Amino acid sequence: MFGPEPGHFALALACVLALLQFVVPLWGAHRGNARLVALAPGLAFAQCLALAASFLCLVISAVRDDFSVQNVAANSAAAKPLLYKITGVWGNHEGSILLWALILGICGAAVASFGRGLPAILRGRVLAILGGVSCGFQLFCLWTSDPFDRVWPAPMDGQGMNPLLQDPGLAFHPPILYTGYVGFAVPFAFAIAALIEGRVDAAWGRWVRPWAVAAWCFLTCGIALGSWWSYYVLGWGGYWFWDPVENASLIPWLTGTALVHSAIVVEKREGLKIWTVLLAIATFSFSLSGTFLVRSGILNSVHAFAQDPARGVFILALLAVVIGGSLMLFAWRAPSLVTGGLFAPLSREGALVLNNILLCSICAVVVTGTMYPPFMQLLAGRTISVGKPFFDAATIPLTVLLLAFMAFGTMLPWKRARLGAVLPRLLVPAIAAVIATVCAIWLLSGLLPILCAIGAVWVIAASLMDLAQRVSLFRVPLSASLTRARALPRSAFGAAIAHIGAGITILGLCGMSQAQHAIVEVPVGHTERLAGYDWTLENVRAMPGPNYQATVATIVVRHNDRIITVLHPSRRDFSSQNQMTTEVAIRTNLISDLYAVVGEHHGSGPDQTYILRLHYNPLAPWMWLGGLVMAIGGGLSLSDRRLRVGAPRRARTSSGVLAS
Amino acid sequence: MKRGLTRKTRRLWLVVFCLGGLGITTALVLNAFSSNIVFFMAPSQVRAHPPGSDRTIRLGGMVVAGSVKRETEGETPIARFDVTDGQAAIPVRYAGILPDLFREGQSVVAIGEMKGDGSFRASEVLAKHDETYMPKEVAEALKRSGKWDPRFGKAPDAASWDTMTRAEARQMDTKTAQAGG
Repeated sequence: MFGPEPGHFALALACVLALLQFVVPLWGAHRGNARLVALAPGLAFAQCLALAASFLCLVISAVRDDFSVQNVAANSAAAKPLLYKITGVWGNHEGSILLWALILGICGAAVASFGRGLPAILRGRVLAILGGVSCGFQLFCLWTSDPFDRVWPAPMDGQGMNPLLQDPGLAFHPPILYTGYVGFAVPFAFAIAALIEGRVDAAWGRWVRPWAVAAWCFLTCGIALGSWWSYYVLGWGGYWFWDPVENASLIPWLTGTALVHSAIVVEKREGLKIWTVLLAIATFSFSLSGTFLVRSGILNSVHAFAQDPARGVFILALLAVVIGGSLMLFAWRAPSLVTGGLFAPLSREGALVLNNILLCSICAVVVTGTMYPPFMQLLAGRTISVGKPFFDAATIPLTVLLLAFMAFGTMLPWKRARLGAVLPRLLVPAIAAVIATVCAIWLLSGLLPILCAIGAVWVIAASLMDLAQRVSLFRVPLSASLTRARALPRSAFGAAIAHIGAGITILGLCGMSQAQHAIVEVPVGHTERLAGYDWTLENVRAMPGPNYQATVATIVVRHNDRIITVLHPSRRDFSSQNQMTTEVAIRTNLISDLYAVVGEHHGSGPDQTYILRLHYNPLAPWMWLGGLVMAIGGGLSLSDRRLRVGAPRRARTSSGVLAS
Repeated sequence: MKRGLTRKTRRLWLVVFCLGGLGITTALVLNAFSSNIVFFMAPSQVRAHPPGSDRTIRLGGMVVAGSVKRETEGETPIARFDVTDGQAAIPVRYAGILPDLFREGQSVVAIGEMKGDGSFRASEVLAKHDETYMPKEVAEALKRSGKWDPRFGKAPDAASWDTMTRAEARQMDTKTAQAGG
C-alpha cells in the first residue's frame, strides 16, 4: 500500500488540494464569503497530510530497496546503511524537491494551527498564498522531476550514492536548511496578504515576527551545519568557499536578519512598514532563486539548462510568476499603505534602520559577487571568477561597521535617546574593547582580523552589560537581580544571546584567519613540527569497511614531549563507484582544532612515503558554536510570553496608534 | 538631541544614512573588483597574451598524459604536469596534495600565477568532479580551439592533442558520431 504509485497519487492529490487552498479562500475573501475563507485551514491540513503520505511512500521504497523506482535505483544501493537509505531520499534533485514541498506543506499546517488568533480573512489569505506557492512546486515535481518514475527492467542493485554524501552531518543538513528557506514563505505570505488587504499595522508586525525568527533560526543552523560539514568532510581545512551554492544560503540569511530586525520597528513603532513588506518578499525570493537557480545550474552552466530544458523553463516561469507577481503587487499596492512616522537618528529605531542599511549593503556585495561572473559570461563571453579575496575585501569593512553599531542598538531607548545617557553604559564595553585591542594586536596579524576581533569583543561585552544593567546586577542584592531577571521578557535575553552568538562567530573567523598548515611527504616514523606541536606518523594500516576499503594512518601529536592526542585520518576507496574520499581526523579542545588528512602514498616497501596535510586551526569551533548560540537566542525570543500567549488584538484604526 | 528635530531633518538623516551605505558599498565593491577578479584562461590564451606575474588566473585544460611528475623539495610534495587545450601546453608546478579526482588525460583547473619563465605556479588545483564531467570553461576552450566538439562523443585522448591537426580532429568527430549514431 506504500508503493510508488500511491505516493504519486498522494502527490497529485496534494497538488489539487493546494490549488483549492489557493483559489477558494482568496475568492471567498474577495466575495466576503466567510464560509469559503474558513475552509483554508482544513485544506492546509489535508494538503500536508497528503504530502506526508507521498514522502513516506518514497522513503519506504528506498528502505525496501525497490530498484524498480528510477530515483532509488540511481541513488541507493542494497549495501548502503539504513540511515543513508532514508537520508539519501533527499540527497538528489527529485527527492529534495519533494522534501521542499513537504516542508512548505508543514508550514501551511503550522500557520493553520498556531494562527487561530489571526483574523479569519488574514489567515485565509496567508494560507491561500502558501497554497499557491505549494501548488507551483508540486506541479514542478509532478511534471519535470517525478521521484516515483519506474524503470524497466528493474536493475538488480542500485548505482549507490555519492560517498561524500554518506555522512551524518550532510544527512540532516538539507532538512534544516530547507526549513529555513521554506520558513520564509510564511512572512512572504503575510506580506502578500497585507498588500492585498492594504493594511500593515503593529499587530501584523507582531504576527509575522515569530515566523521570521523561526525561519531565521533554522537557516542559521543550516548554514552553520553546512559550513561544518565542508570543514570536516572535504578535508581542505576550509570552512566557507564563497561558492554560489553557499552564497545562495547566505543572501536570504542577510535579508532575513534585516527582516527580523525591521519587523520589531513595525511592531513597536509602526515604522518601516513598506520596507518590511519588501524585505519579506525579497527574502523569500532570494531563498527560491537561490535554491532553484543555483542548484539547477542554470546560472552556473548553460549545459545543465540544455540537458533538461523543460525543467529549466519551468523553474524560470515559476520564479517569474512568484517573484515578478509579488513585486508587481507590491508596486501597485504599497503606495496605498499608510506610512509610519519618521524618527530620530539617535534612537532604537534609528539604530535598527542602520542595521538594515548595513545588512542590505553586505547582501548587495554578496549578490554582486555571485551574479557578476555568470552575467559577464552570458553578455561578454569572458569567463571570470571572484573568490575569497573579493568577498573578504568588500564584506569585512561593512561587518566591522555593523559590529561597531550593534553594541549601541539594544541600549538605546525607543523614540529619542540622549547620547549623554548612553555613553556611561558603554564604559565597560569600551574597556573590554581596549583590552581586546591590545590582545588582538599581540595575537593576530592583518588589519581586518584585528578590527573584527575588537568589534566582536565590543559586541559581546555590550550585550552582557546591557543584560546586567537591566537586572541591576551588583547594584541591588543578587536575589533582587534574579527576581528582575525572571521578570525580564525572554526576548531581551534572546536578543542579547543572539548578539553574543554573532560575536562568537566573528571571533572564530578571526581565529581561523591565523590558521597554520603544512603539507609534507614523509615516511612512517617521521616527525613534523607545526604550531608548537610535534606530529609523528606512527603507522599506516589497511582496514575494510562496509562498502569501501580504508587506509588508516596513526598520527601521534605531542607538545613538549607530552602526548596530546592520537589522530586517525584515513582514505576510503569506494571501488564500486571508483571514487576516493578522505576522512579527516580532528581533535578539538574548543580553543583550537588539530586537523590531519592523509593523502596518496608513493613508492613501496620501506621507502614508502605518505602525503600528510596538517592544520592548526585556532578558535575554529567557535564559528559554528556562535551559529548555534544565535539560533538559541532566536529560539528564546520565540518562547517569549508576549508572542505565545494572548494573540495581539488589531487596533481599530491603523493610523494614529503607537504601541509603546 | 534637541526636541525640535523637524520632519525634514529626520528625512535628511535617513537619506544621508542610505546614501552613505550605498556609497561605501559601491566603493568597496569596485575596489575589490579591480584587484580581485580572477580570469579564466586556456593555455593558448596565456601564450598569446601572458598575464602579469602578480595577476591570479584560473588556468584550465586537460592534463597531458604522461606529463605528471611527482617530487619532493625537503618534505614538501611537488607535482609537475602540463595543461593543454590542444594548441599550447603550459607546465604547471604545484606544491601540495593533488585532489583525489586528479587524473592524467582529464580536465583540471589550476589557480595561480604565471612566472617569468613561462611556467605556471599553482596555489590550488581543482578536479572535483567525476570522470565524465568537464568544467564548462575547459569544454568551451576546447571547442573554441576546434579540437573537440561535445556533440560528437567523448573528448579525444589528451596525449594526442598537441600533435593533432584540426582536420584530424574533425575526422575523429565524424568517426565517433558515425560509430555512436
